[in-house]
Amino acid sequence: MRYEAPRKLKRAVALLSAESGVARVLAGGTDLLVQLRSERIEPDLILDIKRIESMHAIAAERGGYRIGAAVSCAALGEHAGVKQLWPGVVEAATLIGSTQVQGRATMAGNLCNASPAADAAPALIAAGATVAIAGPGGRREVPAEAICLAPGRNALEKGEIVESLYLPARPERSGDAYLRLIPRSEMDIAVVSAGVSLSLDAAGRCSAARVALGAVAPRPLRVEAAAAALIGSDLDEAVLAVLAAACAAACDPIDDKRGTVEYRTEVAGVLAKRAAVIAQTRAGGAA
Amino acid sequence: MSQIHVSTKINGDATEYLCEPEETLLDVLRDRLGMTGSKEGCGTGDCGACSVTLDGRLVCACLVLGAEAQDREVGTVEGIAEGDSLHPLQKKFLEHAALQCGVCTPGFLVAAKSLLERNSDPSEEEVRYWLAGNLCRCTGYDKIVRAVLDTAKEMRSA
Ligand SMILES: Cc1cc2nc3c(=O)[nH]c(=O)nc-3n(C[C@H](O)[C@H](O)[C@H](O)COP(=O)(O)OP(=O)(O)OC[C@H]3O[C@@H](n4cnc5c(N)ncnc54)[C@H](O)[C@@H]3O)c2cc1C
Ligand code: FES
Ligand code: FES
Repeated sequence: MRYEAPRKLKRAVALLSAESGVARVLAGGTDLLVQLRSERIEPDLILDIKRIESMHAIAAERGGYRIGAAVSCAALGEHAGVKQLWPGVVEAATLIGSTQVQGRATMAGNLCNASPAADAAPALIAAGATVAIAGPGGRREVPAEAICLAPGRNALEKGEIVESLYLPARPERSGDAYLRLIPRSEMDIAVVSAGVSLSLDAAGRCSAARVALGAVAPRPLRVEAAAAALIGSDLDEAVLAVLAAACAAACDPIDDKRGTVEYRTEVAGVLAKRAAVIAQTRAGGAA
Repeated sequence: MSQIHVSTKINGDATEYLCEPEETLLDVLRDRLGMTGSKEGCGTGDCGACSVTLDGRLVCACLVLGAEAQDREVGTVEGIAEGDSLHPLQKKFLEHAALQCGVCTPGFLVAAKSLLERNSDPSEEEVRYWLAGNLCRCTGYDKIVRAVLDTAKEMRSA
């Protein structure tokens, strides 16, 4: 195994593209080092991206924020601006692991690791976040929901590196929230999770919404039917019931010791309802 | 396979070592540098016994490669006391009997010190959340939490 820590993104892409064996990008290493230790992967090249200065930046851009791929969840949680604009995303990022894990873990790594239960994924999908990818063929930008294809498999091509995530600007009276169910209060993998982002019009009616679920399918899901149920409403009980039913209908979960299919399907709707109400309150609407 | 030459700072002292590319910082500290204060409980980020700071941020040394420490600053439990005089946290851990077998203690000390540097007056809940990544199989945590809260109080009045 070789370890490389280039200072330039271009060099990183070149090294990654030129590697004929198995190559892995190293961000926080909180997934990668565990996989290395268990010998689940035996890479020929580990490419550490943390020496690339721009990867550590959180920059205001077009009313939103661009977050470098090497920004740790701890650093993100300390950024007042992002927290204010996208509290649900920061909430999800700072639920990941322990203080120690958050000191290293990145949201980009969380997405690229492609776990169906990754905590940042539903929040980023609900936020309409996009992912900037640098590769041998140039730069492309894709929606967050395009990254995870199946458990452990992401959409990156050979030589590609996630460079940054972009959280867009949002209208006034907007809010987002992320909730997960775990059997303990900390340090566990989501059994079910839900992210909701919405905007309200001047009368308090929902004018735009995005809903996403985690851990209920082979990949984090964007549920458009659930979002459609919210739009035009003031999130009364009947609307929330439609939202929950749409979430349940989208679920295709596994059955394991942590949750049965029935349980995960039921709880997905419950969490989505609660997250929608929190997002509504954060947007300044009636709870 | 050629080893990687790393120059870093550990507890303020310039340090150099050679390591394998896949070797963790925890293995380097313990096996190459003889700094066995940091413990290996799990090797997978779950127990916090290997807690160190990297450029001031609390991390698990078992989830950091030795090669990554190049030009960084590492802080370990060995750097907590000043010469022969114990850090207030160490004194309070003894006073409150916040350890039994002691395997978790270095990790708790490093993690608690990092908390108190950020927050001189944490609530009990804040202490418990901050330390949720440090596992202890002996004490039941209560004495540890009390020792940390008591240290914070003492350091505020000092
Ligand atoms: C004790 C513990 C608790 C945890 N708890 C949680 C939890 O509660 N919720 C949760 O969702 N996860 C949890 N995790 C998993 C992990 O911490 C997260 O998935 C984390 O966000 C991964 O980010 P990282 O920067 O450490 O990724 P890394 O380990 O560095 O990388 C993960 C994968 O993504 C690839 N990759 C990383 N960055 C890029 C990039 N920029 N471009 C291309 N590919 C890239 C890597 O090659 C690797 O395959 C936990 C892990 C541990 C050890
Ligand atoms: S040994 Fe590193 S967290 Fe357990
Ligand atoms: S004192 Fe034994 S594990 Fe904590």
